[in-house]
Amino acid sequence: MGSEEIIKRCEAMYEDLDFNVAREWKAAEKGRKVIGFLPYYVPREIIHAAGMLPLGIFGGGDQMEVIHGDAYYQSYICRIPRSTIELGITKKIDFVDGMLFPSICDVIRNLSGMWKMLFADKYVRYFDVPQNFSDEVGVPYYVEELNELRRGLEKLSGRKITDEDLRNSIRVYNENRRLVNEVYDLRSKEPWKVPSSETYLLMRAGMVMPVEEHSQMIRDYLEAVRNEDRPMRDNCRIIVSGSFCEQPPLNLIRSIEMSGCYVVDDDYMIVNRMIIGDVIEEGEPMEALAKAFVHSSIDTAPKYSPTEEEKGVFLLEQVKARGAEGVIFAAASFCDPALLERPMLADKMKENNVPYISFKYAENSGQMQPIREQAGTFADSIKLWS
Amino acid sequence: MSDKAKSEVIKEPSMLKQKEMIASNYERLTSGKEKTVSTFVPGNLNELIMCFDMVNNLPEINAIQNGMRKQSGGMIMDAEKSGHSEDVCTYVKADIGMMGRGNIAPNGKPIPPPDLLLLSYTGCFTFMKWFELLRHEYKCPTVMLHVPYEGDGVITDNMRDYVVKQLKTEVIPAFEKISGVKFDIDRLREYLARSAKAEDDLVWCLEAGKNKPSPIDAYFGGVYYIGPVFSAFRGTQQAVDYYTMLRGEVEQRIKEKRGPITPDGDMNEQKYRLIVEGPPNWTHFREFWKLFYDEGAVVVASTYTKVGGSYDLGFRHDPDRPLESMAEYCLTCYTNRNLPARVDTLVDYVGEYEADGLLINSIKSCNSFSAGQLMMMREVERRTGKPAAFIETDLVDPRYFSHANVKNRLESYFQMIDQKRRSSSAAA
Repeated sequence: MGSEEIIKRCEAMYEDLDFNVAREWKAAEKGRKVIGFLPYYVPREIIHAAGMLPLGIFGGGDQMEVIHGDAYYQSYICRIPRSTIELGITKKIDFVDGMLFPSICDVIRNLSGMWKMLFADKYVRYFDVPQNFSDEVGVPYYVEELNELRRGLEKLSGRKITDEDLRNSIRVYNENRRLVNEVYDLRSKEPWKVPSSETYLLMRAGMVMPVEEHSQMIRDYLEAVRNEDRPMRDNCRIIVSGSFCEQPPLNLIRSIEMSGCYVVDDDYMIVNRMIIGDVIEEGEPMEALAKAFVHSSIDTAPKYSPTEEEKGVFLLEQVKARGAEGVIFAAASFCDPALLERPMLADKMKENNVPYISFKYAENSGQMQPIREQAGTFADSIKLWS
Repeated sequence: MSDKAKSEVIKEPSMLKQKEMIASNYERLTSGKEKTVSTFVPGNLNELIMCFDMVNNLPEINAIQNGMRKQSGGMIMDAEKSGHSEDVCTYVKADIGMMGRGNIAPNGKPIPPPDLLLLSYTGCFTFMKWFELLRHEYKCPTVMLHVPYEGDGVITDNMRDYVVKQLKTEVIPAFEKISGVKFDIDRLREYLARSAKAEDDLVWCLEAGKNKPSPIDAYFGGVYYIGPVFSAFRGTQQAVDYYTMLRGEVEQRIKEKRGPITPDGDMNEQKYRLIVEGPPNWTHFREFWKLFYDEGAVVVASTYTKVGGSYDLGFRHDPDRPLESMAEYCLTCYTNRNLPARVDTLVDYVGEYEADGLLINSIKSCNSFSAGQLMMMREVERRTGKPAAFIETDLVDPRYFSHANVKNRLESYFQMIDQKRRSSSAAA
């Protein structure tokens, strides 16, 4: 199968706001359950170990007309909660048995409560993670939070989640993460072979299908692109930062590349890369998951940086490791975590002579011309002056 | 009465005392003689801070002071010019802008950089980034107390244990190191006993809104009442004395069947009894308040007065369980409770305070309060059968206060209440 065919399939899944792949998975066997989660980190291993499908709900994108959702939010609140409400009210995710709302910001916190009121018959959990990263304090707290999720899913499924189930799921997700990272590594090495939009679609597909199938899809894609000949352009190498929650429209992702920038790293939908390296596959699985988050998760705006010295270091190291020539700060409008983080990261880039630009978007942004002009000018300035 | 006399704000002795207390804290902060700690209002650990002979500086209070003195607009613009987004919390930008202008306190003297940033926050995720930004500017030591969100509307043992462990292993050692004072739990117990006493009287005063006429305004007047207990005075004898005095004043007003004091004097005609959700607008505070009392609308209960502790729901600081009760305090602040719990509170208030309805002041730059308020409004309306209304302003950004819009909406709302009354009496 060629890469074009794979990406076409991924794009169809991306555009399908009825989530038919997940619906079909659920319908294929009696008793199957689906747990939705919003962008950002949730331990999908536990959902998988419960025999359920973790389903990433990444808002409504630019194809969905939000009618009901706008009645729930004031104009100065970001777009993703309103399109998520729209998905719920229009029954596009009526087959989802439970929802997890990860710890991103105040809007998502409150959305978890709204979901409880709107869909009182569903399993709904606000999923908190520790902001204390010590073995003595953060880890035991998080282990208990994970166990509470485990108990909740056991009750929902009516079956026990054994430690062996969990270890198996950790192995499956470790494998998926290694493959995901292989795609990102290849994109960084030969970005003309792995366009940013393809990487994005490939990873989005992984949010709606079983992880084992996604891993196979990545293998097929990697094999295909390695054998394909794609022309190398005179683009500059940039990193996109700030898009970890509400996703930019696909056209925006394409526009950045079309304006002369190769995206060599990004934080679009980072759930499948939140943990750096493998989670330990032996021993006590909840402790392994907890320690992986506490000690080996990437530095993002929803996480606390314990010291000033650490602030922005992750992004700076990304710049160095990926050989990036600049950073584009792209955040959703009204996104408090990303927009408050930006001045600190920008200062870090300034101190290290890394050029950057900033803009905002919404998941339904339609006008790409200003973005193309801004990104194009940025690319030109890097090529001319850096 | 002369025009000059008319423009003078009428204040009660407790208001003057409260003003003196806040001013005295600014004097201590700006004296440069004592070690200072910056921290937030919801989740503040004032009793613990006092155990280390340190003084409490609250950036939100500074932003409020600057908002009321018409200073915050320029500060916010300064912050935006230096790269902060127009979309984010205006308290943060007012604080950053204040720093850029020399951190001048209301007494005209500069507040020195804090010796410690105590990132103890509850009910607002944005606080975390705010203190990272302050640390970025001050380059000073920071200690973090992470308070989990009550996603299911309850405190679990795991949440409480997590907060207590952080107090023991991180917060207290950081204070000992910075202050050079050894932690004494008996000293903390004494402060907590005083807190509980003040909290009893505060709750008594706030619940006085159940009387008819209401002797208090639990929103506009309420912000004066909560000043000492939400800020640098919880745990002090001054706070105990303040609340005894306040209680005496409120008791007297009940006896005399008098309404609350407004800047223009007693408010005795009470046509509408309201519950208000959300913080007030600070840049046009008096003008905003006037829109209510001119129409005979008194606020009998508000949620803003619970943002620094939901005492009326039963919580008290407990000297017998010092660290545990401090953890519970942090966990139960109003916006740390999930939306269904907030709706339950509002529904209860409408019933218990025999209110005519719910008014939401939605704050443009405060997602913690605002995201979900439209749904809360509909839920409260559905469950109580009382009309609800929605107005929009901002905390300290004067660009988002429109007198005409707020007035229009309030007038329409009062008409709705009148209509509802007419239809109820017709049905009867």
